[in-house]
Amino acid sequence: MLEGPGEGDAGYQRNQVNNNSERGVMMSRQSKLSLAVAAASLALMTGAAHANEVRVYNWSDYIAPDTLEKFTEATGIRVVYDVYDSNEVLDAAMLSGRSGYDVVVPSNHYLTRQVSAGVYRELDHDKLPNMVNLNPELMDDLESIDPGSRHSIPYMWGTNGIGYNVERVEAILGEDAPVDSWALIFDPEVTTALKEGGCGISMLDSGDEMLSPAMAYLGLSPLSEETADLEAAGDLIAAVRDNITYFHSSRYISDLANGDICVAAGYSGDIFQAADRAEEAGRDFTIAYSIPKEGAALWFDMMAIPADAPNPDNAHAFINFILEPEIAAAITEYVVYANPNVAANEFLDPDILNDTSIYPDQEVMDNLYVAEEKPLAVQRVRTRTWNRVKSGI
Amino acid sequence: MSDNLVRLRRLFKPRRGWVIAVPLLWLTLFFLLPFGIVFKISLSEAAISIPPYSAILDYGHETLNIVLTFSNYLFLTTDTLYISAYWGSVKIALLATVLCLLLGYPMAYAMARAPMRWQLVLLLLVMLPSWTSFLIRVYAWMGILSNNGLINNSLIWLGWIDSPIRMLNTNFAVILGIVYAYLPFMVLPLYANLTRLDGSLLEAASDLGSRKLNTFFKVTLPLSKGGIVAGSMLVFIPAVGEYVIPELLGGPNTVMIGKVLWEEFFHNRDWPVASALAMVMLAILIIPIALFHRYQSRELEE
Repeated sequence: MLEGPGEGDAGYQRNQVNNNSERGVMMSRQSKLSLAVAAASLALMTGAAHANEVRVYNWSDYIAPDTLEKFTEATGIRVVYDVYDSNEVLDAAMLSGRSGYDVVVPSNHYLTRQVSAGVYRELDHDKLPNMVNLNPELMDDLESIDPGSRHSIPYMWGTNGIGYNVERVEAILGEDAPVDSWALIFDPEVTTALKEGGCGISMLDSGDEMLSPAMAYLGLSPLSEETADLEAAGDLIAAVRDNITYFHSSRYISDLANGDICVAAGYSGDIFQAADRAEEAGRDFTIAYSIPKEGAALWFDMMAIPADAPNPDNAHAFINFILEPEIAAAITEYVVYANPNVAANEFLDPDILNDTSIYPDQEVMDNLYVAEEKPLAVQRVRTRTWNRVKSGI
Repeated sequence: MSDNLVRLRRLFKPRRGWVIAVPLLWLTLFFLLPFGIVFKISLSEAAISIPPYSAILDYGHETLNIVLTFSNYLFLTTDTLYISAYWGSVKIALLATVLCLLLGYPMAYAMARAPMRWQLVLLLLVMLPSWTSFLIRVYAWMGILSNNGLINNSLIWLGWIDSPIRMLNTNFAVILGIVYAYLPFMVLPLYANLTRLDGSLLEAASDLGSRKLNTFFKVTLPLSKGGIVAGSMLVFIPAVGEYVIPELLGGPNTVMIGKVLWEEFFHNRDWPVASALAMVMLAILIIPIALFHRYQSRELEE
């Protein structure tokens, strides 16, 4: 769910270098040969290498620095690792077919439609013995998305909530500031006060991610497909639009950390990243994350194997490896998103495990909703409403 | 011996067909074929499948069914968003083109008039920025224009303003970005045109007592019309469909067709409507191209 490059990118790049070093040597040798010969031999080599590699396409900055190395050590399978930074990019690649990837990690609300389009291969659960480690309660939540985990296994999960600058918000709104409510972002009086106090507010630039919480705040079902409900949500946001500094899906990370804005609707992990950066830079404020009481989105990024994956066996091996408790724990410690692996809990830093903004308690969990796939007509209304909110047209 | 030579020459004599073959192949491969594919998708229906649209041709039971869906085009008329987006794109592109012309003409004029040994250097200076990635140059503008950016920080430091002026994420930034990115495309054809200007015509005007300004408007400007038209086309046409600049520098109320197309394709995942949008955009762009072509052929006749 991370969008845009973060500071942790160095970690990913290290991986990339390690994994590709072998290829790099081959390339330099080839450069001495003629172009045609080089092209032909490259094609041969990649053809021959198929048997022992796995091509993974994952979100940027979304894996621990040593995960891929450990996988290759354990299995001897080489990893070709590419990254994307939005579901849309992955979706277009999947729907065009023949992507050449073995494992991809779409979010739940994109997965359902891709499954019905026949994008993914059915998983062979016999090759995934580590599935026993998965949290049964979360797997129940996933029944509506992928019944019986036939096509996908959750990778990481998180929530969409509010990141805020504790000191600035308290200075402007007082001690009883509604930091546990979407009012902090949708209430005209609250947002006007924040704006006049010089406190910027940002929203995600996504109708899907913002209209649902607006409906939850209005007491409507956050998953409503009714045009009237969506428009009511649009009106709510349009009414506070002038108090919103900008709509963007990743810029708030650095702006929260720098103090340029002080309230942001955003992805949990991104806001933790902002909080870490603010702390590292020794700022005189702290960034906190809250899951609003009216309800918030619970999302899962799901590992799946494209139907035309060249190395499906290796893909199963990779997914099974990610389900190893120590491996899942290491990824969570690095990316600060929760994993669905109960067996991983004992390997996890207690600070992360006991942080209710990462692993919320049951009461909060009950209030979360899982975004579902929308029919085209509903999706169209959402996109259109969002356009109207932003541009007034 | 000489007979053989003649035969050999005839064999390698560039025939008309040969000369046309390369551009023809190029256009077929990289324009006509993609155009046909996009046109085909625009006549299909969105579906949940790979690829995400219905097939137009369907052969079964010894019958060939052709299903053409025109609703995607009709759909574009039902919502003012699309018309506003086309209009917004044309408006911004037009304004940017005029600004490019106002900036580019004096530049090209000065270059064409500079001493010969300077001309190559000046030409290189115009083209040099294009050697860095387009994307990086647009990103650089984000750093220059942002509230925390170069301009605002300098002005605040100088004490001229107290709070930053909002420049990034406005239409102003989009036009600035387009003018900056496309200026070389205006300067180069103008320069090429102006260097070919026959100096004796200017001498004749001066001999006949015309002042410099008068000569410019009555001789130089009309003679450089070809360069002006070519440069304007080269700026206007890509600017209408521009996606990167409005996405990075534009604000929420910058509604341009490139962005709307992106939303149709990626948010709504409706490839057929996105394709119909692209086809209509092409139709809009064909008008100035056709006008340009007519102008060119008229000039050739003269």
